[in-house]
Amino acid sequence: MANPDAVGTEGAPFRMSVERGKIREFVRATGTTDLSEVDSQDRPFAPPTFLTTTFFWQPEAANPWHTVELDQQRGLHAEQEYTFFGPPPRAGDELTCRSRIGEIYTKRGKRGGELTFAVMYTDFHDATGRLVARARMTGVETARPPAEGS
Amino acid sequence: MSVPTTPGPRVVGPVTRTDFVRYQGASGDLNPIHHDEEFARAAGFPTPFSVGMWQAGLLGTFATDWLGAANVRSFRIRFLEQVWPGDELTCVGEVVREYAADGEPRVDVELKCLRQNGNAAVVAWSTFVVPEEENHDGV
Repeated sequence: MANPDAVGTEGAPFRMSVERGKIREFVRATGTTDLSEVDSQDRPFAPPTFLTTTFFWQPEAANPWHTVELDQQRGLHAEQEYTFFGPPPRAGDELTCRSRIGEIYTKRGKRGGELTFAVMYTDFHDATGRLVARARMTGVETARPPAEGS
Repeated sequence: MSVPTTPGPRVVGPVTRTDFVRYQGASGDLNPIHHDEEFARAAGFPTPFSVGMWQAGLLGTFATDWLGAANVRSFRIRFLEQVWPGDELTCVGEVVREYAADGEPRVDVELKCLRQNGNAAVVAWSTFVVPEEENHDGV
């Protein structure tokens, strides 16, 4: 079961540099076979799911997800959303990122049993302080281990 | 405003462990369940399976090739089925709605990454700005 007291817990802010080489690597790994477009640009735009690369920048203290206490053996990534408040980040941008635990709620599963959902938001501000993007991650704890559930 | 023509299906695969590992290196998600056979089996799975965010990334590329990387305004992904080595994936998209918001023409699209059994591994709902045509002489 999740810990309802986790709602509102914030991680420490951290910096993320949006890099041209990382964007090139990412588009190649996600089905781009012709790299001429990204290679023709000094500052290519980050692809829609690129902000997942916070994995490389986020120190442990910046990630409050563990406070939710979902059972990792029964935990799954249910949804992921990115919202951009204007054009998405592009190579050369310096972002400040901060995560917080949002809502935690339960639903009855299709096969019976209770599903516990937890949401974490990460806000991305640019060097001028403008909010440029927000990530919303939804995790779910299933009633049974995923290997048995599918 | 005119939304670019919806592209035809894009087939990816049969997918390999190398595809998963390349994505893991690019994204920084190094969960061993996606590349370590022993770890995956110990967790009750027959083999490693793909990172859900990889399929989501394939849909992202499909969408930005269609509507332009600068134009994305939202991208919401739901993970439905796991993807296994040897799967053949097909990315498809369709326009859901065309409208104006904040003085800009926009389009909502639905994207699906289908497995060879016809089930969606991942579905995404995305909003793009539709830029005025650059070679358009009018206003």
